[in-house]
Amino acid sequence: MISFDRVTVNYPGASAPALANVSLAIEEGHLALVIGATGSGKSTLLRCVNGLVPHFSGGRLNGTVTVDGRSTEQYRPRDLADAVGYVGQDPDATFVADTVEDELAYAMENLGVDSATMRRRVEDVLDTLNLHALRQRAISTLSGGQRQRVAIGAAFTAAPRALVLDEPTSSLDPVSAEEVLASLARLVHDQGTTILVAEHRLERIVQFADIVVEIGAVRGDVRSGSPAAIFATAELAPPVVRLARVAGWSPVPLSVRDARRHAPELRHRLEASKGPATMASRGDRVANVKGLTAAYGPIPALADVTLDFHEGEVMAVMGRNGAGKSTLLHHLVGLRRAQRGSVEVLGRAPASLAASEAIRLVGLVPQDPGALLCAENVATECRDGDRDGKLAEGTTRAMLESLVGGISDDTHPKDLSEGQRLALALAIVLAPEPPLLLLDEPTRGLDYGAKERLSRQLRQFAARGHCVVVATHDVELVAEVADRVVVLADGEVITDGPVRSVVCHSAGLASQVARILAPAEWLTVEEVATALLETQSEDRTPS
Amino acid sequence: MLRTRLQPLHPIAWWCWAGALAVAASRTTNPLLLGLLLAAVAWVVTTRRGNSPWARSFAALMRLGLIVIVIRVVVQVLFGDRVPGATWFALPSVPLPSWAAGVTIGGPVTAQAAVGAFCQGLQIAVILACFGAANSLASSFRLLRCVPAGLYEVAVAVTVAISFTPQVVLSIARVRDARRLRGRATSGLKGWRGLAVPVLDGALERSVALAASMDARGFGRRSTSPRRRQATAAATLGGLVGLGIGLFEVLDSGSASGLGLAVVLVGGALVLGGLVAASHGSRSRYRPDRWLVAEWLVVLAGLAAVAGVVAAGSNDPNALVQPLYPLALPAGPVVALAGILAATVPSAIAPIPAPLRAKLRGAVA
Repeated sequence: MISFDRVTVNYPGASAPALANVSLAIEEGHLALVIGATGSGKSTLLRCVNGLVPHFSGGRLNGTVTVDGRSTEQYRPRDLADAVGYVGQDPDATFVADTVEDELAYAMENLGVDSATMRRRVEDVLDTLNLHALRQRAISTLSGGQRQRVAIGAAFTAAPRALVLDEPTSSLDPVSAEEVLASLARLVHDQGTTILVAEHRLERIVQFADIVVEIGAVRGDVRSGSPAAIFATAELAPPVVRLARVAGWSPVPLSVRDARRHAPELRHRLEASKGPATMASRGDRVANVKGLTAAYGPIPALADVTLDFHEGEVMAVMGRNGAGKSTLLHHLVGLRRAQRGSVEVLGRAPASLAASEAIRLVGLVPQDPGALLCAENVATECRDGDRDGKLAEGTTRAMLESLVGGISDDTHPKDLSEGQRLALALAIVLAPEPPLLLLDEPTRGLDYGAKERLSRQLRQFAARGHCVVVATHDVELVAEVADRVVVLADGEVITDGPVRSVVCHSAGLASQVARILAPAEWLTVEEVATALLETQSEDRTPS
Repeated sequence: MLRTRLQPLHPIAWWCWAGALAVAASRTTNPLLLGLLLAAVAWVVTTRRGNSPWARSFAALMRLGLIVIVIRVVVQVLFGDRVPGATWFALPSVPLPSWAAGVTIGGPVTAQAAVGAFCQGLQIAVILACFGAANSLASSFRLLRCVPAGLYEVAVAVTVAISFTPQVVLSIARVRDARRLRGRATSGLKGWRGLAVPVLDGALERSVALAASMDARGFGRRSTSPRRRQATAAATLGGLVGLGIGLFEVLDSGSASGLGLAVVLVGGALVLGGLVAASHGSRSRYRPDRWLVAEWLVVLAGLAAVAGVVAAGSNDPNALVQPLYPLALPAGPVVALAGILAATVPSAIAPIPAPLRAKLRGAVA
């Protein structure tokens, strides 16, 4: 259905090709998952399929890409619209119409599909993607998960044989993400659509994949094969696979359900260990929020929220899209003033401080860290950071160096990888040493390697006495870094407790390891690995 | 043909109805008639608008209208002509040099001046409310869907521009937040200076993403040659401009001058030719709006208001203005009242938008 024959893509001005000598074939009706580190060329690969590379992006493509028997050399993206549907990373930037139905019909109108067929297909898609109740709603009033489904539907109504999706679930909460992925699975099963999807959070999608395409760190190192074969060795692997490697299961299970068959045996082995390490006691209070209530017009965002924040603690704030997580962070950092209730950081209200003073008390890395960066290159960005915070020259640069080494001074911030960009934003926010550090959805677009580095760094900041608050949907990150979890729903605090009890006892928020090993309370692969090493060494010592 | 459950009233019918009411309002400064017009518009809007974000534009324009009235009265009191009549109160007046003749600051304020200014402000407010009603009942998006195929590209550009503006506002808020997070000034000249580049940068990125998405969904894929398309678009646009200038010429001079009439004819022919030539494209339309009986009735209801007001004016020109000397209650010409009453007919015959119907059902159940 989709085939790449020795494809090499060069962008003008780039030192290395974005894709080098890629050959692969995806059969009809398969769901192919593309994995690879950030910046490895996943998006380029996907955009080659419908000819956006090179027709739209510029650059030079050698070799041939064919879809449904048509080569992208002869066909422009618009001429392939009936063969391939493409859903980009940010659905908000791609809507043309203002209501759901009109958006769904847009591609068909361009293709000149007749009226009766159009209505039938729109009905089909409304049913398949469970959008029926939203058909006449304005798109701007939909939630993130609903918008993502509309974007998929809008690409799908033209009845393409293949669908290409670039990180469709990266900004969604676990439940919305499941909904979107279930819709994709239905398209594959019921309609025989070929799907090519890139995704970082493999734990969500790996069980649906028929074939996995791995783009290696070395350019041109692209392999494809069955999920079991690829994940037996792949560097980027979801927790279930890493747990299987640690426990020595074979063949490698890919879903929690498969893994649970091995679970009793592993639980038995783990009983011999001392159990997971308990968390350290927490320090003094850094900040507190009392009776905080906020609303956007008539829509309540926070309702009577009371929380304490402590030194040396990593706190995760979780909840559905729109549950009030970002609003809470915005109040803590002083972007919004409390309408009712109070917000205090070290006894002062951040919203009433001048910006230059506030950054010494509390720092926020926003959802898109790139928003903080506006200079021409990294060196200027760091110098500006020193000036804004009235710090000694070189402080920000040294902070950046300690987070991630080897970024050259004259790189433009837009040319950094996602992980590097996050590190630069973190360095700028951390340089004035604020006691309270907030991060809004920091793992969006990060691969497992970058995520692991981030987790380690967050633990280090906590160890140095910062209070770290992370608002996130990423349950695996929470399992790894958090001491304490606060769950918000419709602006109310539903749960506030230590990570182990919250994560292990919630259906929606459990990490993969917690699901596999329930009812035993294990959270991460690392914990299990450490415990297994312990038991092995104990076994050996007496003999 | 019967109306299907999901088909809303044709947007052009709503815009004609609202336009007619605005014309009626522009013919009178009688506060009684204006108030009734406003009530008629508000009643139809509250009973027949959907729940899209656009449905709120009526309230927004009502607020704007209120501001217009206040400004009109305040300007009259402070700077307006000194209208003779019973003095309410006197403001200290500032003597101006002779070259500023015609401008006054302060002085005696009469009831006639205040009431007259209020009525003029009310007239503008009602016209604004009519525009808001049209937007609430049928958003500009839906109106743009009705443009003929020849102007399709232009309509897409306008649609994108309309949805683009709120995005820019959001983007400005985001950039300001980011500046504060970096400890920089967010207000004053310094704050605004750092804003333009990141906002434009974001806008550019968004446009590129949108263009990619439109291209991937087949935008611009046509069987006709690009040259022919450009020719028809040029003919249509050129014709429209000619038509506009010609009409202005004809209406402005009051008498049909030969040149104006010729320009109108040539422009009209160009527009028609362009539209016919372009309608042979390969695009199709999803659920095209249809013009049925209800559409005719809604347009007629709007025209009834105009006819009523005009008829009242020809019977007695004084019926359409607020009597000032002496100040008295405005007249209530029966034929105008009947016309305005007829303008509320759409609240009974126009189809109820589906979301509203669901809500009504929920309230009953």
